[in-house]
Amino acid sequence: MSGVRVLVGTRKGAFILTSDGKREKWDVSGPHFAGWEMYHLKASPADPNRIYASQTSGWFGQIIQRSDDGGKTWFQPGLSPGEPTTTPEGMPKGESNKFAYDVSPETGKPLTTHMWYDGTQHPWEFKRVWHLEPSLTDPNHVYAGVEDAALFESKNGGQTWRELSALRGHPTGAYWAPGAGGMCLHTILLDPKNPQRIYIAISAAGAFRTDDGGKSWKPINRGLHSQYIPDPNAEVGHCVHHIAMHPQRPSVLFMQKHWDIMRSDDAGDSWREVSGNLPTDFGFPIDIHAHEPDTIYVVPIKSDSEHFPLDGKLRVYRSRTGGNEWEELTSGLPQKDCYVNVLRDAMSVDSLDSCGIYFGTTGGQVYASRDGGDTWDAIVRDLPAVLSVEAQTLK
Amino acid sequence: MIRVVLPHHLRTLARVGDEVQLDVNNPTVRSVLDALEAKYPMLQGTIRDHGTLKRRPMVRFFVCGEDLSLESPDTPLPDAIGNGSEPFFVMGAIAGG
Repeated sequence: MSGVRVLVGTRKGAFILTSDGKREKWDVSGPHFAGWEMYHLKASPADPNRIYASQTSGWFGQIIQRSDDGGKTWFQPGLSPGEPTTTPEGMPKGESNKFAYDVSPETGKPLTTHMWYDGTQHPWEFKRVWHLEPSLTDPNHVYAGVEDAALFESKNGGQTWRELSALRGHPTGAYWAPGAGGMCLHTILLDPKNPQRIYIAISAAGAFRTDDGGKSWKPINRGLHSQYIPDPNAEVGHCVHHIAMHPQRPSVLFMQKHWDIMRSDDAGDSWREVSGNLPTDFGFPIDIHAHEPDTIYVVPIKSDSEHFPLDGKLRVYRSRTGGNEWEELTSGLPQKDCYVNVLRDAMSVDSLDSCGIYFGTTGGQVYASRDGGDTWDAIVRDLPAVLSVEAQTLK
Repeated sequence: MIRVVLPHHLRTLARVGDEVQLDVNNPTVRSVLDALEAKYPMLQGTIRDHGTLKRRPMVRFFVCGEDLSLESPDTPLPDAIGNGSEPFFVMGAIAGG
Protein backbone atom coordinates (compact mmCIF):
# COMPACT_ATOMS: atom_id res chain seq x y z
CA MET A 1 0.00 0.00 0.00
CA SER A 2 1.55 3.27 -1.04
CA GLY A 3 1.31 6.38 1.02
CA VAL A 4 2.81 9.77 1.75
CA ARG A 5 4.50 11.20 4.80
CA VAL A 6 4.95 14.96 4.91
CA LEU A 7 7.56 16.24 7.36
CA VAL A 8 6.82 19.78 8.48
CA GLY A 9 9.24 21.98 10.40
CA THR A 10 7.76 25.04 12.11
CA ARG A 11 8.84 27.87 14.41
CA LYS A 12 7.43 25.98 17.40
CA GLY A 13 7.88 22.27 16.72
CA ALA A 14 7.69 19.56 14.07
CA PHE A 15 4.61 17.88 12.66
CA ILE A 16 4.26 14.71 10.63
CA LEU A 17 1.33 14.40 8.24
CA THR A 18 0.57 10.95 6.85
CA SER A 19 -1.94 9.60 4.37
CA ASP A 20 -2.54 6.61 2.17
CA GLY A 21 -2.05 6.83 -1.57
CA LYS A 22 -5.39 8.56 -2.09
CA ARG A 23 -4.14 11.54 -0.07
CA GLU A 24 -7.66 12.49 0.98
CA LYS A 25 -7.51 11.89 4.73
CA TRP A 26 -4.49 12.94 6.75
CA ASP A 27 -3.26 12.02 10.18
CA VAL A 28 -1.41 14.85 11.93
CA SER A 29 1.09 14.01 14.66
CA GLY A 30 2.92 16.59 16.74
CA PRO A 31 4.12 18.90 17.91
CA HIS A 32 7.38 17.01 18.22
CA PHE A 33 10.00 19.06 20.13
CA ALA A 34 7.31 21.55 21.10
CA GLY A 35 8.49 25.10 21.42
CA TRP A 36 11.73 24.61 19.49
CA GLU A 37 12.44 25.95 16.02
CA MET A 38 12.49 22.96 13.68
CA TYR A 39 14.34 24.22 10.63
CA HIS A 40 14.26 21.04 8.58
CA LEU A 41 13.41 17.35 8.67
CA LYS A 42 14.30 14.92 5.92
CA ALA A 43 14.18 11.16 5.53
CA SER A 44 16.84 8.93 4.03
CA PRO A 45 16.05 7.73 0.49
CA ALA A 46 17.86 4.50 1.43
CA ASP A 47 15.82 3.87 4.60
CA PRO A 48 12.44 5.63 4.67
CA ASN A 49 12.07 5.26 8.44
CA ARG A 50 15.35 7.05 9.10
CA ILE A 51 14.56 10.73 9.57
CA TYR A 52 16.98 13.50 10.53
CA ALA A 53 15.76 16.71 12.14
CA SER A 54 17.35 20.05 12.93
CA GLN A 55 16.14 21.38 16.28
CA THR A 56 17.42 24.80 17.12
CA SER A 57 17.05 27.71 19.50
CA GLY A 58 18.53 31.16 19.77
CA TRP A 59 18.94 30.44 23.47
CA PHE A 60 20.22 26.89 23.60
CA GLY A 61 21.82 26.31 20.21
CA GLN A 62 21.71 23.38 17.82
CA ILE A 63 20.41 19.87 18.45
CA ILE A 64 20.29 17.05 15.90
CA GLN A 65 17.48 14.56 16.37
CA ARG A 66 17.02 11.24 14.61
CA SER A 67 14.19 8.77 14.27
CA ASP A 68 14.63 5.19 13.09
CA ASP A 69 10.93 4.37 13.11
CA GLY A 70 9.40 6.94 10.78
CA GLY A 71 9.02 9.66 13.38
CA LYS A 72 7.31 7.75 16.18
CA THR A 73 10.29 8.05 18.53
CA TRP A 74 13.30 10.33 18.44
CA PHE A 75 16.73 10.48 20.02
CA GLN A 76 19.94 12.41 19.69
CA PRO A 77 22.36 10.29 17.64
CA GLY A 78 24.80 8.58 19.97
CA LEU A 79 22.19 8.56 22.71
CA SER A 80 19.72 5.86 21.75
CA PRO A 81 17.02 5.18 24.31
CA GLY A 82 18.29 3.13 27.24
CA GLU A 83 21.90 3.36 26.13
CA PRO A 84 24.40 4.69 28.71
CA THR A 85 25.09 8.34 28.10
CA THR A 86 28.78 8.03 28.84
CA THR A 87 31.56 5.79 27.66
CA PRO A 88 33.03 3.19 30.05
CA GLU A 89 35.73 5.75 30.81
CA GLY A 90 33.06 8.21 31.86
CA MET A 91 33.36 10.51 28.85
CA PRO A 92 30.14 12.04 27.57
CA LYS A 93 28.96 10.80 24.20
CA GLY A 94 26.66 13.66 23.29
CA GLU A 95 28.52 14.90 20.25
CA SER A 96 25.71 15.13 17.74
CA ASN A 97 25.05 18.80 18.40
CA LYS A 98 28.69 19.75 17.92
CA PHE A 99 29.36 21.64 14.70
CA ALA A 100 32.91 22.92 14.89
CA TYR A 101 34.45 24.65 11.89
CA ASP A 102 37.49 22.77 10.67
CA VAL A 103 40.57 24.90 11.26
CA SER A 104 43.10 22.08 11.40
CA PRO A 105 46.33 22.79 9.47
CA GLU A 106 46.04 19.61 7.40
CA THR A 107 42.46 19.78 6.19
CA GLY A 108 40.94 23.03 7.33
CA LYS A 109 41.24 26.65 6.45
CA PRO A 110 41.88 29.43 8.93
CA LEU A 111 38.64 30.66 10.39
CA THR A 112 38.82 33.95 8.55
CA THR A 113 36.09 36.50 8.02
CA HIS A 114 33.23 37.20 5.64
CA MET A 115 31.45 40.36 4.60
CA TRP A 116 29.07 41.83 7.18
CA TYR A 117 25.93 43.84 6.40
CA ASP A 118 27.84 47.11 6.67
CA GLY A 119 30.65 46.01 4.37
CA THR A 120 33.14 45.32 7.16
CA GLN A 121 34.63 41.89 7.76
CA HIS A 122 33.04 39.64 10.38
CA PRO A 123 34.18 36.33 11.87
CA TRP A 124 32.42 33.08 11.00
CA GLU A 125 30.08 32.03 13.85
CA PHE A 126 28.04 28.83 13.90
CA LYS A 127 24.34 29.52 14.49
CA ARG A 128 22.14 26.67 13.25
CA VAL A 129 21.54 23.91 10.72
CA TRP A 130 19.22 25.06 7.95
CA HIS A 131 19.08 21.94 5.81
CA LEU A 132 19.80 18.23 6.21
CA GLU A 133 20.37 16.15 3.09
CA PRO A 134 20.67 12.39 3.62
CA SER A 135 22.81 10.41 1.19
CA LEU A 136 20.98 8.70 -1.65
CA THR A 137 22.48 5.32 -0.75
CA ASP A 138 23.68 5.20 2.88
CA PRO A 139 21.24 5.98 5.73
CA ASN A 140 24.15 6.82 8.04
CA HIS A 141 25.61 9.42 5.69
CA VAL A 142 24.02 12.86 5.85
CA TYR A 143 25.01 16.40 4.93
CA ALA A 144 24.13 19.55 6.87
CA GLY A 145 24.03 23.07 5.51
CA VAL A 146 24.61 25.57 8.28
CA GLU A 147 24.64 29.26 9.15
CA ASP A 148 27.24 30.87 9.03
CA ALA A 149 27.60 29.21 5.66
CA ALA A 150 29.43 25.91 5.67
CA LEU A 151 28.80 22.30 4.71
CA PHE A 152 29.16 19.47 7.23
CA GLU A 153 28.74 15.74 6.86
CA SER A 154 28.22 12.83 9.20
CA LYS A 155 28.97 9.25 8.26
CA ASN A 156 27.77 7.70 11.52
CA GLY A 157 24.11 8.57 11.52
CA GLY A 158 24.49 12.11 12.80
CA GLN A 159 26.57 11.28 15.86
CA THR A 160 29.62 13.30 14.84
CA TRP A 161 30.04 15.96 12.18
CA ARG A 162 32.96 17.02 10.03
CA GLU A 163 33.17 20.18 7.98
CA LEU A 164 33.90 19.94 4.25
CA SER A 165 36.06 22.98 4.74
CA ALA A 166 37.25 23.54 1.18
CA LEU A 167 33.93 25.28 0.53
CA ARG A 168 34.24 27.87 3.30
CA GLY A 169 37.89 28.20 2.45
CA HIS A 170 37.15 29.17 -1.16
CA PRO A 171 39.09 32.34 -2.07
CA THR A 172 35.84 34.24 -2.49
CA GLY A 173 34.81 33.57 1.14
CA ALA A 174 35.69 37.06 2.27
CA TYR A 175 33.05 38.41 -0.14
CA TRP A 176 30.18 36.21 1.04
CA ALA A 177 27.57 38.18 2.95
CA PRO A 178 24.44 37.37 4.93
CA GLY A 179 21.02 37.84 3.38
CA ALA A 180 18.14 39.06 5.51
CA GLY A 181 17.79 35.59 7.01
CA GLY A 182 21.45 35.23 7.85
CA MET A 183 24.38 33.78 5.91
CA CYS A 184 22.96 30.32 5.43
CA LEU A 185 23.80 27.33 3.32
CA HIS A 186 20.22 26.31 2.53
CA THR A 187 20.34 24.08 -0.54
CA ILE A 188 22.19 20.78 -0.97
CA LEU A 189 21.61 18.75 -4.14
CA LEU A 190 23.23 15.35 -4.59
CA ASP A 191 23.68 14.24 -8.21
CA PRO A 192 22.20 10.72 -8.50
CA LYS A 193 24.30 9.98 -11.58
CA ASN A 194 27.60 11.23 -10.20
CA PRO A 195 28.31 10.60 -6.50
CA GLN A 196 31.22 13.04 -6.60
CA ARG A 197 29.04 15.96 -7.69
CA ILE A 198 27.21 18.12 -5.13
CA TYR A 199 25.54 21.47 -5.66
CA ILE A 200 25.02 23.89 -2.79
CA ALA A 201 23.64 27.40 -2.51
CA ILE A 202 24.32 30.15 0.00
CA SER A 203 22.44 33.32 0.69
CA ALA A 204 24.05 35.66 -0.19
CA ALA A 205 27.05 34.19 -1.94
CA GLY A 206 25.49 32.15 -4.72
CA ALA A 207 25.69 28.60 -6.00
CA PHE A 208 28.75 26.34 -5.87
CA ARG A 209 29.54 22.89 -7.27
CA THR A 210 32.02 20.21 -6.39
CA ASP A 211 32.95 17.44 -8.80
CA ASP A 212 35.32 15.67 -6.40
CA GLY A 213 33.15 14.95 -3.39
CA GLY A 214 33.83 18.23 -1.65
CA LYS A 215 37.61 18.53 -1.98
CA SER A 216 37.26 21.58 -4.20
CA TRP A 217 34.44 23.89 -5.18
CA LYS A 218 33.73 26.34 -7.98
CA PRO A 219 31.23 29.19 -7.98
CA ILE A 220 28.54 28.58 -10.64
CA ASN A 221 26.91 31.96 -10.96
CA ARG A 222 27.65 33.02 -14.53
CA GLY A 223 24.55 34.62 -16.00
CA LEU A 224 23.10 35.73 -12.70
CA HIS A 225 22.41 39.45 -12.63
CA SER A 226 21.62 41.14 -9.31
CA GLN A 227 21.06 44.87 -9.35
CA TYR A 228 21.20 45.11 -5.57
CA ILE A 229 24.94 44.29 -5.34
CA PRO A 230 27.85 46.56 -6.30
CA ASP A 231 28.83 44.50 -9.36
CA PRO A 232 25.57 43.05 -10.72
CA ASN A 233 27.45 40.30 -12.58
CA ALA A 234 29.93 39.41 -9.83
CA GLU A 235 31.27 35.88 -9.43
CA VAL A 236 29.76 35.71 -5.91
CA GLY A 237 27.42 37.79 -3.79
CA HIS A 238 24.12 36.79 -5.39
CA CYS A 239 21.21 36.02 -3.11
CA VAL A 240 20.16 32.60 -4.38
CA HIS A 241 17.00 31.56 -2.57
CA HIS A 242 16.64 27.95 -3.71
CA ILE A 243 17.64 25.52 -6.45
CA ALA A 244 15.76 22.47 -7.73
CA MET A 245 17.05 19.50 -9.71
CA HIS A 246 15.14 16.60 -11.28
CA PRO A 247 16.85 13.28 -10.50
CA GLN A 248 16.45 12.02 -14.07
CA ARG A 249 18.18 15.10 -15.47
CA PRO A 250 20.65 16.28 -12.85
CA SER A 251 22.58 18.68 -15.07
CA VAL A 252 19.50 20.86 -15.53
CA LEU A 253 18.92 23.21 -12.61
CA PHE A 254 16.17 25.67 -11.83
CA MET A 255 16.80 28.55 -9.44
CA GLN A 256 14.63 31.00 -7.57
CA LYS A 257 16.97 33.91 -7.03
CA HIS A 258 16.11 36.91 -4.82
CA TRP A 259 14.55 38.30 -7.99
CA ASP A 260 14.48 36.17 -11.18
CA ILE A 261 13.76 32.55 -12.03
CA MET A 262 16.88 31.08 -13.67
CA ARG A 263 17.65 27.91 -15.59
CA SER A 264 20.93 26.15 -16.30
CA ASP A 265 21.33 23.32 -18.83
CA ASP A 266 25.02 22.77 -18.12
CA ALA A 267 25.22 21.88 -14.43
CA GLY A 268 25.32 25.51 -13.40
CA ASP A 269 28.16 26.64 -15.65
CA SER A 270 25.81 29.20 -17.16
CA TRP A 271 22.33 30.48 -16.35
CA ARG A 272 19.57 32.20 -18.29
CA GLU A 273 16.47 33.90 -16.99
CA VAL A 274 13.15 32.12 -17.52
CA SER A 275 10.86 34.41 -15.50
CA GLY A 276 8.78 35.01 -18.65
CA ASN A 277 5.24 36.16 -17.95
CA LEU A 278 5.30 35.89 -14.16
CA PRO A 279 3.62 38.90 -12.51
CA THR A 280 6.58 39.16 -10.14
CA ASP A 281 9.65 36.98 -10.07
CA PHE A 282 10.59 37.49 -6.42
CA GLY A 283 10.03 34.43 -4.23
CA PHE A 284 11.63 31.69 -2.22
CA PRO A 285 10.68 28.10 -3.14
CA ILE A 286 11.00 26.32 -6.46
CA ASP A 287 10.33 22.67 -7.22
CA ILE A 288 9.91 20.22 -10.11
CA HIS A 289 7.17 17.72 -10.96
CA ALA A 290 8.24 14.18 -10.07
CA HIS A 291 7.56 12.76 -13.54
CA GLU A 292 7.87 15.80 -15.84
CA PRO A 293 11.35 17.36 -15.62
CA ASP A 294 10.20 20.47 -17.49
CA THR A 295 7.23 21.17 -15.21
CA ILE A 296 8.28 23.56 -12.46
CA TYR A 297 6.50 25.38 -9.66
CA VAL A 298 7.13 28.71 -7.93
CA VAL A 299 5.18 30.90 -5.50
CA PRO A 300 5.89 34.50 -6.47
CA ILE A 301 5.49 37.18 -3.83
CA LYS A 302 5.30 40.91 -4.24
CA SER A 303 8.83 42.12 -3.60
CA ASP A 304 11.94 41.98 -1.46
CA SER A 305 10.40 44.40 1.00
CA GLU A 306 6.84 43.00 0.91
CA HIS A 307 7.06 39.27 1.49
CA PHE A 308 3.46 38.32 0.68
CA PRO A 309 1.45 37.37 -2.40
CA LEU A 310 0.57 40.04 -4.94
CA ASP A 311 -2.90 41.52 -4.36
CA GLY A 312 -3.53 39.23 -1.38
CA LYS A 313 -4.06 36.24 -3.72
CA LEU A 314 -2.07 33.08 -2.99
CA ARG A 315 -1.07 31.71 -6.40
CA VAL A 316 1.28 28.94 -7.37
CA TYR A 317 2.68 29.32 -10.87
CA ARG A 318 3.45 26.32 -13.05
CA SER A 319 5.52 26.18 -16.19
CA ARG A 320 5.25 23.07 -18.34
CA THR A 321 7.88 24.33 -20.74
CA GLY A 322 10.87 24.54 -18.44
CA GLY A 323 10.25 28.22 -17.78
CA ASN A 324 9.20 31.39 -19.60
CA GLU A 325 5.57 30.37 -20.04
CA TRP A 326 3.73 30.28 -16.71
CA GLU A 327 0.13 29.59 -15.71
CA GLU A 328 -1.42 30.57 -12.42
CA LEU A 329 -2.89 27.86 -10.18
CA THR A 330 -5.54 29.16 -7.80
CA SER A 331 -8.21 26.48 -7.30
CA GLY A 332 -8.54 25.89 -3.57
CA LEU A 333 -6.09 28.63 -2.60
CA PRO A 334 -7.25 31.85 -0.89
CA GLN A 335 -7.83 34.59 -3.45
CA LYS A 336 -8.33 37.54 -1.17
CA ASP A 337 -6.78 38.96 1.99
CA CYS A 338 -3.93 36.45 2.01
CA TYR A 339 -0.61 37.85 3.22
CA VAL A 340 1.42 34.78 4.11
CA ASN A 341 4.82 33.81 2.72
CA VAL A 342 6.20 30.47 1.57
CA LEU A 343 9.80 29.97 2.66
CA ARG A 344 12.55 28.43 0.53
CA ASP A 345 12.48 24.89 1.94
CA ALA A 346 8.70 24.79 2.38
CA MET A 347 7.73 23.17 -0.94
CA SER A 348 8.07 19.53 -1.92
CA VAL A 349 6.64 16.89 -4.25
CA ASP A 350 5.74 13.22 -3.88
CA SER A 351 6.32 10.66 -6.61
CA LEU A 352 2.96 8.88 -6.75
CA ASP A 353 1.53 8.37 -10.25
CA SER A 354 -0.38 11.60 -10.04
CA CYS A 355 2.30 13.86 -8.62
CA GLY A 356 1.47 15.53 -5.31
CA ILE A 357 2.71 19.05 -4.57
CA TYR A 358 2.93 20.39 -1.02
CA PHE A 359 3.80 23.73 0.46
CA GLY A 360 3.59 25.35 3.89
CA THR A 361 3.04 28.99 4.74
CA THR A 362 4.15 31.37 7.44
CA GLY A 363 0.47 31.45 8.43
CA GLY A 364 0.60 27.78 9.40
CA GLN A 365 -1.27 26.21 6.51
CA VAL A 366 0.06 23.20 4.62
CA TYR A 367 -1.53 22.99 1.19
CA ALA A 368 -1.53 19.86 -0.96
CA SER A 369 -2.42 19.16 -4.55
CA ARG A 370 -3.07 15.61 -5.70
CA ASP A 371 -3.18 16.51 -9.38
CA GLY A 372 0.04 18.26 -10.20
CA GLY A 373 -1.20 21.65 -9.01
CA ASP A 374 -4.61 21.91 -10.73
CA THR A 375 -6.48 21.90 -7.40
CA TRP A 376 -5.41 22.44 -3.80
CA ASP A 377 -6.65 21.65 -0.30
CA ALA A 378 -5.26 22.57 3.11
CA ILE A 379 -4.16 19.48 5.03
CA VAL A 380 -3.86 21.62 8.16
CA ARG A 381 -4.53 25.32 8.63
CA ASP A 382 -3.33 26.46 12.00
CA LEU A 383 0.19 25.27 12.66
CA PRO A 384 2.95 27.63 13.79
CA ALA A 385 4.77 29.39 10.94
CA VAL A 386 6.05 26.71 8.57
CA LEU A 387 9.79 26.69 7.90
CA SER A 388 10.14 23.52 5.84
CA VAL A 389 8.11 20.82 4.10
CA GLU A 390 9.47 17.51 2.83
CA ALA A 391 7.17 14.97 1.18
CA GLN A 392 8.15 11.35 1.37
CA THR A 393 6.58 8.70 -0.86
CA LEU A 394 6.08 5.41 0.96
CA LYS A 395 5.93 2.32 -1.22
CA MET B 1 24.28 17.37 46.76
CA ILE B 2 23.71 20.23 44.35
CA ARG B 3 20.24 21.09 43.05
CA VAL B 4 20.04 22.55 39.54
CA VAL B 5 16.92 24.08 38.02
CA LEU B 6 16.88 24.10 34.22
CA PRO B 7 14.71 26.12 31.82
CA HIS B 8 11.74 24.29 30.33
CA HIS B 9 13.31 23.48 26.95
CA LEU B 10 16.38 21.95 28.52
CA ARG B 11 14.25 19.86 30.88
CA THR B 12 12.44 18.32 27.92
CA LEU B 13 15.70 17.80 26.11
CA ALA B 14 17.31 16.04 29.09
CA ARG B 15 14.01 14.34 30.00
CA VAL B 16 14.15 15.51 33.60
CA GLY B 17 11.71 17.14 35.99
CA ASP B 18 11.79 20.41 37.87
CA GLU B 19 15.23 19.85 39.37
CA VAL B 20 18.26 17.66 38.79
CA GLN B 21 20.63 16.63 41.55
CA LEU B 22 24.39 16.40 41.20
CA ASP B 23 27.27 15.45 43.44
CA VAL B 24 29.88 18.21 43.32
CA ASN B 25 32.40 19.08 45.98
CA ASN B 26 33.44 22.73 46.43
CA PRO B 27 31.09 23.83 43.64
CA THR B 28 31.81 26.57 41.13
CA VAL B 29 29.81 27.48 38.04
CA ARG B 30 32.29 25.50 35.97
CA SER B 31 32.25 22.38 38.13
CA VAL B 32 28.45 22.37 38.36
CA LEU B 33 28.12 22.65 34.58
CA ASP B 34 30.82 20.01 34.05
CA ALA B 35 28.89 17.61 36.28
CA LEU B 36 25.59 18.51 34.64
CA GLU B 37 26.93 17.84 31.13
CA ALA B 38 28.60 14.61 32.24
CA LYS B 39 25.32 13.30 33.61
CA TYR B 40 23.21 14.70 30.75
CA PRO B 41 25.44 14.82 27.66
CA MET B 42 22.54 15.96 25.50
CA LEU B 43 22.95 19.35 27.20
CA GLN B 44 26.44 19.83 25.84
CA GLY B 45 26.52 22.94 23.70
CA THR B 46 23.15 24.20 24.95
CA ILE B 47 24.39 26.17 27.96
CA ARG B 48 28.04 26.66 27.04
CA ASP B 49 29.59 26.81 23.60
CA HIS B 50 31.12 23.47 22.61
CA GLY B 51 34.56 24.68 21.77
CA THR B 52 35.19 27.59 24.09
CA LEU B 53 32.94 26.53 27.01
CA LYS B 54 31.80 30.16 27.20
CA ARG B 55 28.28 30.79 28.42
CA ARG B 56 25.84 31.12 25.51
CA PRO B 57 24.79 34.77 25.20
CA MET B 58 21.13 34.26 26.11
CA VAL B 59 21.68 31.92 29.05
CA ARG B 60 22.16 33.24 32.59
CA PHE B 61 23.05 31.77 35.98
CA PHE B 62 21.37 32.81 39.24
CA VAL B 63 22.35 31.77 42.74
CA CYS B 64 20.66 32.92 45.98
CA GLY B 65 19.00 35.78 44.11
CA GLU B 66 22.22 36.98 42.52
CA ASP B 67 23.18 36.96 38.85
CA LEU B 68 26.52 35.16 38.47
CA SER B 69 26.44 35.14 34.67
CA LEU B 70 29.29 37.60 34.33
CA GLU B 71 31.38 36.29 37.24
CA SER B 72 34.40 34.08 36.73
CA PRO B 73 33.23 30.48 36.26
CA ASP B 74 35.76 29.48 38.92
CA THR B 75 34.29 31.66 41.69
CA PRO B 76 33.28 29.42 44.61
CA LEU B 77 29.52 29.15 45.03
CA PRO B 78 27.86 29.93 48.40
CA ASP B 79 27.49 27.21 51.02
CA ALA B 80 23.72 27.20 50.43
CA ILE B 81 24.40 25.77 46.98
CA GLY B 82 26.90 23.24 48.25
CA ASN B 83 24.54 21.88 50.90
CA GLY B 84 21.51 21.90 48.59
CA SER B 85 19.40 24.35 50.57
CA GLU B 86 19.27 26.66 47.53
CA PRO B 87 19.22 25.61 43.86
CA PHE B 88 21.51 26.74 41.07
CA PHE B 89 19.31 28.32 38.41
CA VAL B 90 20.07 28.11 34.67
CA MET B 91 17.73 30.52 32.93
CA GLY B 92 17.00 31.66 29.41
CA ALA B 93 17.20 35.43 29.06
CA ILE B 94 13.81 37.07 28.55
CA ALA B 95 13.67 38.14 24.92
CA GLY B 96 11.20 37.86 22.11
CA GLY B 97 7.79 36.21 22.25
